[in-house]
Amino acid sequence: MKIGANFPAKTPEGPIEDKWTSYKNKIDLVNPANKRLIDIIVVGTGLAGGSAAASLAELGYNVKAFCFQDSPRRAHSIAAQGGINASKNYMGDGDSDYRLFYDTVKGGDYRAREENVYRLAEVSGNIIDQCVAQGVPFARDYGGLLDNRSFGGVLVSRTFYAKGQTGQQLLLGAYSAMNRQIARGKIKMYNRHEMMDLVIVEGKARGIIAKNLITGELERHSAHAVVIASGGYGNVFYLSTNAMGSNVSAAWKIHRKGAWFANPCFTQIHPTCIPVSGDHQSKLTLMSESLRNDGRIWVPAKEEDVKAIRSGTLKPTAIAEADRDYFLERRYPAFGNLVPRDVASRAAKERCDAGFGVNATGEAVYLDFAAAVIRYGKEKALVTHQDANNEALVLELGREIIATKYGNLFQMYEKIVDENPYETPMMIYPAVHYTMGGVWVDYDLMTTVPGCYAIGEANFSEHGANRLGASALMQGLADGYFVLPYTIGNYLAKDIRTGAIPVDTPEFAAAEKGVQEQLERFINNKGSKPVDYFHKKLGKIMWDKVGMSRNSKDLKEAIEEIQAIRDEFYKEVKVPGDLDGFNEELAKAGRVADFLELGELFAKDALNREESCGGHFREEHQTPEGEAKRDKAFQYVAAWEHNGAPKDANLHKEMLDYKYIEVKERSYK
Amino acid sequence: MDLKLKIWRQKNAAAKGKIVDYDISEVSSDMSFLEMLDVLNRELTEKGDEPVSFDHDCREGICGSCSLQINGRPHGPDGGTTTCQLHMRKFKDGDSIVIEPFRAKAFPIVKDLIIDRSAFDRVQHAGAFISVNTSGNTQDANATPINKGDADHAFDAASCIGCGACVAACKNASAMLFVSAKVSQYALLPQGQVEREKRVTDMVSQMDEEGFGACTNTGACEAECPKGISITNIARMNREFIGSNLKS
Repeated sequence: MKIGANFPAKTPEGPIEDKWTSYKNKIDLVNPANKRLIDIIVVGTGLAGGSAAASLAELGYNVKAFCFQDSPRRAHSIAAQGGINASKNYMGDGDSDYRLFYDTVKGGDYRAREENVYRLAEVSGNIIDQCVAQGVPFARDYGGLLDNRSFGGVLVSRTFYAKGQTGQQLLLGAYSAMNRQIARGKIKMYNRHEMMDLVIVEGKARGIIAKNLITGELERHSAHAVVIASGGYGNVFYLSTNAMGSNVSAAWKIHRKGAWFANPCFTQIHPTCIPVSGDHQSKLTLMSESLRNDGRIWVPAKEEDVKAIRSGTLKPTAIAEADRDYFLERRYPAFGNLVPRDVASRAAKERCDAGFGVNATGEAVYLDFAAAVIRYGKEKALVTHQDANNEALVLELGREIIATKYGNLFQMYEKIVDENPYETPMMIYPAVHYTMGGVWVDYDLMTTVPGCYAIGEANFSEHGANRLGASALMQGLADGYFVLPYTIGNYLAKDIRTGAIPVDTPEFAAAEKGVQEQLERFINNKGSKPVDYFHKKLGKIMWDKVGMSRNSKDLKEAIEEIQAIRDEFYKEVKVPGDLDGFNEELAKAGRVADFLELGELFAKDALNREESCGGHFREEHQTPEGEAKRDKAFQYVAAWEHNGAPKDANLHKEMLDYKYIEVKERSYK
Repeated sequence: MDLKLKIWRQKNAAAKGKIVDYDISEVSSDMSFLEMLDVLNRELTEKGDEPVSFDHDCREGICGSCSLQINGRPHGPDGGTTTCQLHMRKFKDGDSIVIEPFRAKAFPIVKDLIIDRSAFDRVQHAGAFISVNTSGNTQDANATPINKGDADHAFDAASCIGCGACVAACKNASAMLFVSAKVSQYALLPQGQVEREKRVTDMVSQMDEEGFGACTNTGACEAECPKGISITNIARMNREFIGSNLKS
């Protein structure tokens, strides 16, 4: 079935570079006086939700913003490290909107909607202008201008950054814009509130049921439109680089109320994370991809060296150059250590599966800065007229430079692993990091529920089957600052005479009752196992059978096993405490219940997609060299319509036509 | 390792709290401090007791959610570290560990180890922004070069995570380090100049209204700040504040 009759993607006509401009010229506008009569709910205050809430309030709408954290500033966008892309071409290396568009579509393995991606590239430069105007302290060179670096999967330097804390600085920028609107009373902020359900009135999204996490009370909130900016669902794997509280629930609740969920199997496994240390592990820590600018990834070439390393009798620094296998440089000479994330992750897994992993669990490879230290040290010695042949001096100078570039990351690594990465190579292994899939949206970022929008990581749109580094921050801010504020007006223009939406209606009452019943069911359940028991069990199935490499047999097993855990969960889960008051276990139970449904749909989607593309690797579909083999028949977005249990979800296909880009074999060799 | 935990338990804001003792065994030195509490909470839940509530989210030292006064020190014994990044290798077998919430009048207790830091948000609402619309119709980002030294200092100030350790470390429960970091970020940048005087006055006034104490220059805040925010920011804020008052 093709997405057609009822839910077209609504992409505008005309040449791709003119589409967004002509769209903006034609849409309906809401006059400033009428904006005051319209309420908008924004769920989530990360880069997408924070920037959207601020921009909508600035336009004059009444915004109610919700976050489960104690402050909007703590949303998980804060943890993004490396940078944000923009096609400014400040480096003069040939960058352009088209190239950013091209790299993003290619990087996503031709599974993203062309028009959305082009618009993203088009507004990317504005984001940088905007953030600088807000006082975001990006890295600068000695001439006082903005510095750029390079990220995986591209041949230009277009990544703006603020040390290894770019997400933090951008989020604090959006938070400052929110603060200005909170002070004006245009944003009413609901901290420590969780969205529990969407309320639909006469076919339109008209509000939410929210839970005050401090008092435990359920609240009814109405609005003329609801924006979901609740991030990704990586925590379906239990262990991921997401924050502990990151969850799929807001997105899943709207899915259950009619919003189609697209490409859930497109999940990014990030190559440079700190390896798992034991069963107690609660989350994984990412080391920024920017490290691959200067770090070289390798494993020993000889099996006896691997054994000696694992037994502690050999140090990695003692292995001669000739006995090291720099496998990314070997397999992909053109991009080397800067291949896209999916390619780098699979290559590391391939070496570890072949028995070359360098830690006790056999699941780690080295990321080595020794060569960069010497290169930088020599350069610095020459520039400062010191002896470039003095090894100790070169090492010292080189380490200083590395410290200015990656100091906080090196410090974080040392705290967690208890090894000094200036002296011995880091150990890294892939971990779940980002979800490209999400709620299906049209060009307006509206879901299949009228009046309900999804932005940022919560939607599916721009990254196809694999996201390039530094593109998530770009998409979140593009959606919130520059896209949604226009597109939502086109819908709300019809609502200027509607008036405030009442909450004392059967629709709100029914939604609240459903939420109340589920909460009571958890508290009254006479089970014996804590929520985490089920979450860990789900995560293990997802990682083993629906992770970096998938096959039909495993996926079918995973679907059955997840169904079984779901049954067990409702029988056996034990939620301590009361309905009233702060109860984190109760909040977790609701989130895990949703993950247990999403996980099954995820596996079903992976089973349906009989091809390999981007982050989705099906063992049955690979080239003789072990690279992903795409299939033209699957050049579509798989949008799933809720129909009771996940196994009964209906598939809708949005076929992807590439008019402005030639679909090629994605090669980084 | 085996440990004795002495943890502050308090049902809610209105209830009276007390220290409760818990024994925990087989703690791995690779665990983070919060993972150790996860193990305790799993045991409590299985026994039918209520787990200990504490704030946490990213567990990589950047969101600023986690807090805890550990053996009397905000974020525990390790310098430059948030509680979530504190590892159990910093403790030894048989240790007693006292775990309390951050203590300050302006940070009321919500439950157990969770505190209400919304006072920080309100100080930010008072002026921690540049009044520029998010239309994207600003000047090109490179139109105004910014001296690298100023940009770097602004960044250093902006790296504050808003955890509140500075307040918890201060005998006066002063929020000067937190507020001055934000004031400094904008005071150092050309974009922040237009509202410079009003900003510092408004933010300081809100800070006082929230009930934070005065600064007596002991430097405890800087010593305990997990992000190494410098006390020179406080000096800068004092200058900004006096300058602003002289002009008004």
